[in-house]
Amino acid sequence: MQAVTDHLTHATDDAAEIVMSVEHLSLDFHLRTNVLHAVRDVSFVLRRGQTLCLVGESGSGKSVTARALLRILDKNGTITNGKILLRGKEDEIDIAPLTERSKELLHIRGGRVGLIFQEPMSSLSPVHTIGSQIIEAVLLHRAMSKKEAREEAIELLRQVEIPNPDKMIDRYTFEFSGGMRQRAMIAMALAADPEILIADEPTTALDVTTQAEILDLIRRLQVSRGMAMLLITHDMGVVAEVADAVAVMHFGRIVEQGGVEDIFHNAKHPYTKRLLASTVKLEQSHLERDEAAAPEKAEPVLQVRNLTKVYGSATGWLGKSTFALKAVDDVSFDLMPGENLGIVGESGSGKTTLGRLILRTVEPTSGAVAYHDADGQEKQVTELDQAGMREFHRDVRLIFQDPFASLNPRMTVRQIVADPMIVSGTHRGKALEQRVAELLELVGLDPLTMERYPHAFSGGQRQRIGIARALALDPRVIIADEATAALDVSIRAQILDLLLDIQKRLQLSFIFISHDISVVRYFCDRVAVMHRGKIVELGDAEQICTAPVEAYTKSLISAVPNPDPRHKRMMHRTRFTAQG
Amino acid sequence: MLRYIIKRLLYMIPTLLGISMIAFVIIQLPPGDYLTSLISRMTQNGENVDPAQIAQMRAIYGFDDPIWVQYFKWITGILLRGDFGYSFEWNRPVSELIWQRMGATLSVSLAALLFVWAVSLPIGIYSAMRRHSVGDHIATFFGFIGLAIPNFILALTLMYVSYKYLGQNVGGLQSQEFIDAPASWAKFVDLLAHLWIPVVVIGTAGTASLIRILRANLTDELSKPYVITAKAKGLPEYKVVLKYPVRIALNPFVSAIGWVLPNLISGVTITAIVLNLPTAGPLLLRALISQDMYLAGSFILLMGSLTLVGMLISDILLALLDPRIRFN
Repeated sequence: MQAVTDHLTHATDDAAEIVMSVEHLSLDFHLRTNVLHAVRDVSFVLRRGQTLCLVGESGSGKSVTARALLRILDKNGTITNGKILLRGKEDEIDIAPLTERSKELLHIRGGRVGLIFQEPMSSLSPVHTIGSQIIEAVLLHRAMSKKEAREEAIELLRQVEIPNPDKMIDRYTFEFSGGMRQRAMIAMALAADPEILIADEPTTALDVTTQAEILDLIRRLQVSRGMAMLLITHDMGVVAEVADAVAVMHFGRIVEQGGVEDIFHNAKHPYTKRLLASTVKLEQSHLERDEAAAPEKAEPVLQVRNLTKVYGSATGWLGKSTFALKAVDDVSFDLMPGENLGIVGESGSGKTTLGRLILRTVEPTSGAVAYHDADGQEKQVTELDQAGMREFHRDVRLIFQDPFASLNPRMTVRQIVADPMIVSGTHRGKALEQRVAELLELVGLDPLTMERYPHAFSGGQRQRIGIARALALDPRVIIADEATAALDVSIRAQILDLLLDIQKRLQLSFIFISHDISVVRYFCDRVAVMHRGKIVELGDAEQICTAPVEAYTKSLISAVPNPDPRHKRMMHRTRFTAQG
Repeated sequence: MLRYIIKRLLYMIPTLLGISMIAFVIIQLPPGDYLTSLISRMTQNGENVDPAQIAQMRAIYGFDDPIWVQYFKWITGILLRGDFGYSFEWNRPVSELIWQRMGATLSVSLAALLFVWAVSLPIGIYSAMRRHSVGDHIATFFGFIGLAIPNFILALTLMYVSYKYLGQNVGGLQSQEFIDAPASWAKFVDLLAHLWIPVVVIGTAGTASLIRILRANLTDELSKPYVITAKAKGLPEYKVVLKYPVRIALNPFVSAIGWVLPNLISGVTITAIVLNLPTAGPLLLRALISQDMYLAGSFILLMGSLTLVGMLISDILLALLDPRIRFN
């Protein structure tokens, strides 16, 4: 408590004027059985032209705090204590006691405080045009005719750098890409020229390059309009790139706040240190592996040759070929035993399809996958019959991205982990039970929990269950498709370490599909960079991440935020202009 | 859009053909034909039946032809001459009989559909927004009662109430004195006074299920991020709800036309018999009992076509309402 006030007073010697100050804010949620204190005694200030980053892991209360500033709370949530003082252009007003229907609140929402948030896919109405949603915001807060509002909306779209704004204004959201939608969201939030912009994980769902562009854009708009910004994120890299001040939230409290330099290079609270450590850890390779480079003589487990998948190339009725998309285009690589091969690329680059082609859950258009089984026999995966495929799928397994959707909520952990063994008939009865317990121990879970259902576990624990299931049949290759994307940083590092540890014990090879360069760099020996279905560069992980050769790889790597405010990478990144 | 409509219209042709075949097979399914049921009725009444005359009629009506020949004659008659055949029982062309009744059927059905919408939309929105409130529980309670009560009980109750307490002349769609009177304001008022009972009776079940559907859909939509976006813009709550989530939750409402319309038309039958309405239901029932095949077949065909038209209308409205459908 004392420390927080100290920081407040300490911070006032900054020149910038305070536009909003939040004082001792507490929020409660009334759940069915108990009261959840989601936010406890939180204080911070937002200054004109500056960015405060609110950092924390999922469940820390950062999003709830942000929405409380606009009084957008679920019905069971209440502000129990504290003030939200809005200053700036008009008289000081406390938002906390305003009622849901008051004119003052409606004026502040959108008029003085803008909000953008995470899901660019679902945060705009799918049945209204982009234009009509922006025009609505303009008309609500500014005295304009409909025609003027439309002009203004086009101007706003131009400011957020949407090409052909006069045409795009009449388009629907599903005709926009993720990055474009987030731009449109920003245009809408800026419609009434607010003094404060709250951005709740605005780039989490976007690719690194798009993220860099959006952050760039927000930064520029902020400078030109002199807005204060509250940026909520879990990504320390983003924080280092854009923050002026940082507040670290943990279990509903702000455990530490201060200037960005202080937090990154002079962190005091153990939680902040831990958060930074797990982020920085992912910035380098797991070193000891470099020594044990794969033995030369070994034969590759998987040989992928000229794999191609074309979608929609069916010839039309009149014999003319319709639109065809090469999702995977002439991809070749080898996977050595005990090797971790990373596949990185933006969404739509074909990396997930590639994983499915290798497993043959999607039938390749052309090309071959050769698999060397434990006895050294070579099998052409593309020519296997059903029985052969079953055997192949026993050796090559998949770990999914979403730890919440990939476990059947109506099966116990024991049933989930035992499922592949029952299907293939390898174990039964007592042996089955033992094997499940063994696997759970292997992934660091208590075997006593095997009778529980997935909902009783956290995201990280669920991913461990998914890994145990993948390991059940002693596979030789595991394809992990964005296996850590849905997890918090600290848990992400834990899961990666777990996988490395298991690999050492079980002689596994990984194909690790990810859009997150730092994860790949930490985990993989070699990295393949995919762009528009092609592998543009394939090489040693360190080399790709530090000294990329191809232009596309350079732009991709330089767009990754660097978790060190002294070396902002993103702001002077190389841009890759697509050649057609 | 126009292409879409034309495509849908073209798709309707084979479907209609299929419906006509099924309709014809259905009326041929019961053993015997109109003449056998006529003979049995006549012998029951002690009348004399002349076998030669029967054989002659059989030849005239073509009852001895194979079924596909009969079907071919019937369908070409409809397609080429608009001739739906001849009702044996009424001794009049089927088309005359049908058009008389179809008008009443359609007006009752449409009125019921409007009633269903007008009642279920506001109540559904209210129920979703104030979930688990007293008002929601009351609406849910009456909704389930509406679903559970058989139509004819409701019809009898309403008739009793309106006769006993409102002193209204019930049954039918018009009072005796207006039936052959020319159209006038008084006739219209009289129609409304009669119409409300069938409309309420027929609409209740549909209203109840639509309230439940709208409540469930809207509850899902209310927690979507775009609703928060709209709130964060500074829109007042009722505008937020009406403009965004309700718009999307309306989809099942509109597609309801497709299934409510045939439901209403066929559901009318029992109610219509109880209330003595001059709609198609009772006539169809009699035609089926007496195996008046052309009349029955034409009714089934027309109702099938109405269902198709209802589906078409609902699909076109859906496309207008939701650009995601329009663009695919």
